[in-house]
Amino acid sequence: MKIRLENLTKKFQNRGKKGGADVVAVDNFNFEIPDGKLIGLLGPSGCGKSTALNLISGLETPTSGRIFFDDEDVTDVAVENRGVGLVFQNYALYPHLTVLKNIMFPLENLKGAKKLPRERMIDKAYEAARLVQIEELMDRKPSELSGGQQQRVAIARALVKRPRVLLLDEPLSNLDARLRLQTREEIRRIQRETGITTIFVTHDQEEAMSISDLIVVMKSGKIQQIDKPQNVYDDPKNLFVAKFLGTPAINVFVGSVKHGRIFIGDDAVMQIKGVENTAIYAGIRPEGFIPDDNGGLKCLLKGVEVMGRDTSILSSHYAQEGELIRSIVESEEAFSITALDDMIDKIIDPVHSRSDKLNEVRFSVKPKKLFIFDRETEERIYYKTV
Amino acid sequence: MKKNSFKAWLYLLPALIFLGVFMLYPLIDVLIYSVEEGYNSASQTSFGIGSYNFSYVLHDPYFMQALQNTFLLVIITVPLSTGLALLISLGLTSIKKLRNLFQTIYFLPYVTNTLAVGLVFMILFKKTAYSDGLVNALISIFGGQSVDFIDGPYWAKMFVLCLYTIWIVLPFKILILTSALASVNEMYYKAARVDGTSKFRTFTRITLPMISPMIFYLVITGFIGAFKAYSDSVALFGTDLNAAGMNTIVGYIYDMLYGDSGGYPSYASAAAIILFVIVLTITVINLMISRKNVHY
Repeated sequence: MKIRLENLTKKFQNRGKKGGADVVAVDNFNFEIPDGKLIGLLGPSGCGKSTALNLISGLETPTSGRIFFDDEDVTDVAVENRGVGLVFQNYALYPHLTVLKNIMFPLENLKGAKKLPRERMIDKAYEAARLVQIEELMDRKPSELSGGQQQRVAIARALVKRPRVLLLDEPLSNLDARLRLQTREEIRRIQRETGITTIFVTHDQEEAMSISDLIVVMKSGKIQQIDKPQNVYDDPKNLFVAKFLGTPAINVFVGSVKHGRIFIGDDAVMQIKGVENTAIYAGIRPEGFIPDDNGGLKCLLKGVEVMGRDTSILSSHYAQEGELIRSIVESEEAFSITALDDMIDKIIDPVHSRSDKLNEVRFSVKPKKLFIFDRETEERIYYKTV
Repeated sequence: MKKNSFKAWLYLLPALIFLGVFMLYPLIDVLIYSVEEGYNSASQTSFGIGSYNFSYVLHDPYFMQALQNTFLLVIITVPLSTGLALLISLGLTSIKKLRNLFQTIYFLPYVTNTLAVGLVFMILFKKTAYSDGLVNALISIFGGQSVDFIDGPYWAKMFVLCLYTIWIVLPFKILILTSALASVNEMYYKAARVDGTSKFRTFTRITLPMISPMIFYLVITGFIGAFKAYSDSVALFGTDLNAAGMNTIVGYIYDMLYGDSGGYPSYASAAAIILFVIVLTITVINLMISRKNVHY
């Protein structure tokens, strides 16, 4: 099932002070979700991603715009006739019904010609339960299940009617870290096995990166970027996307482009072509730093965190935004530079050491890991290296 | 360990003394009175132990009348008031504008004095030499025969009593049920909508089970309250309830103790014990039914 959104907009009336502006939760969405893919709707809380999901499910009606499932316009189709399965953040399992009855509930609602005999319903419920591997829990009540098991029941209930589209609202946020990893693989597997086009909402970029075929990054109701996970990371369209994806986060500096060179503060870090002189933000991914005693970026060493294979070097620069610059380099590489070698024994409390002795550490920067953004619009400026 | 338990008893002592003196002792005393035959309250003597008091009470036509009245009252008002309260609560939760205003209006009878409400009912229903009363006036407009609801036929009096009782207990039930309805998580309704559940099925399969503990609570307290009804009857029909034929069990007990025909603590005690057994039985049955149908 392809899903196509055309100029989809949802406004909520301001309920606060008089004359306050309406909240635009979903602002002019235009995109197409290919058949049978797993899509991650990613954004910070309050960015309208759940509203977008509710619009697709039919729980909310759009202010304007159309929604298509394949070529069928479903904008005015009621939620129960859209053929969507929805898994809620808190699962919304009916607490007074057993797992079996919970899963059967959507089937029991069917009327007329679609109504199945009871045995068929039970068969179908078991079929869905097998898919999420909970057949042995069918007689329990939701309160007797763990969070992960409840999650599976909720997915089974959403799948039992064989929906055309499966929607998951923050499916993993109520699980602990270990279960989260396990469950997200599970969601991936179920999606692959059923081939149902699936959209899930999350604020966790790692979650979105790890299982989505496509990521839709949202901010304040607007789509920022739609792309494959790796592309969103490697090729962010604007500063927000660059900041939102990646752990540790990207390091952002105030800088400029002058005469074909990128400056961070007064440090010239790279020669480029094809960009006019302008004020910019420069973003460097943690893995984009190369410790280099002759490098252009001069930072002050603040500390070192040794993690075995990699070493993370904490430093600061007067043009940086945020607390510290975190660069992750291979350990061998890290200790090739003089400053670090000198420092490492003297540091007692790496992060908080505020030694008066200023230790300079210098980096050169990998071109593919350095993004520049217009200072005004925060849009990406593409450049060519010399 | 021993010292701790001594301390615990010490702390519990004030409450235990009060409970013992004002609850346990009278309860046992009532039980004793009820089996002492020919008890004389002046000389504090009796002939012996036996079941005569019970047999007297059970053969007293006034008691049987009171028993019938009470049962009718219970059977009619408890289901009706609970059902009505549920309907009104559903209405209240589904409106948005003026909801608080309506909630306040529906709660007003609760803070109004029982006797004052009784007086209003009397004015509405009573037929005097000078006026037929508002209700009878209405009946005449629609071409019906006027009825004396206060001094007239039994069914008319019962009707007013039931109406009055429902009116009195309704606000509390509405209050409880509106908050119960409001506490049902919105997401269950959303889930039901996605699953294509009809309005009726959503109500019977989701709303009702979710608020069933509260409904159950209202039914149990409703039963107990209605069995103990007395003031309602007095407010409408005055203190001579036996003459009006509208006595209740509690009213009978009162009359046996202090009424014009009173001074029989033994009969009163026997009636009280009978009431206790009835309420206990009904409550146990309620609990047994609820275990199957109430979801916590």
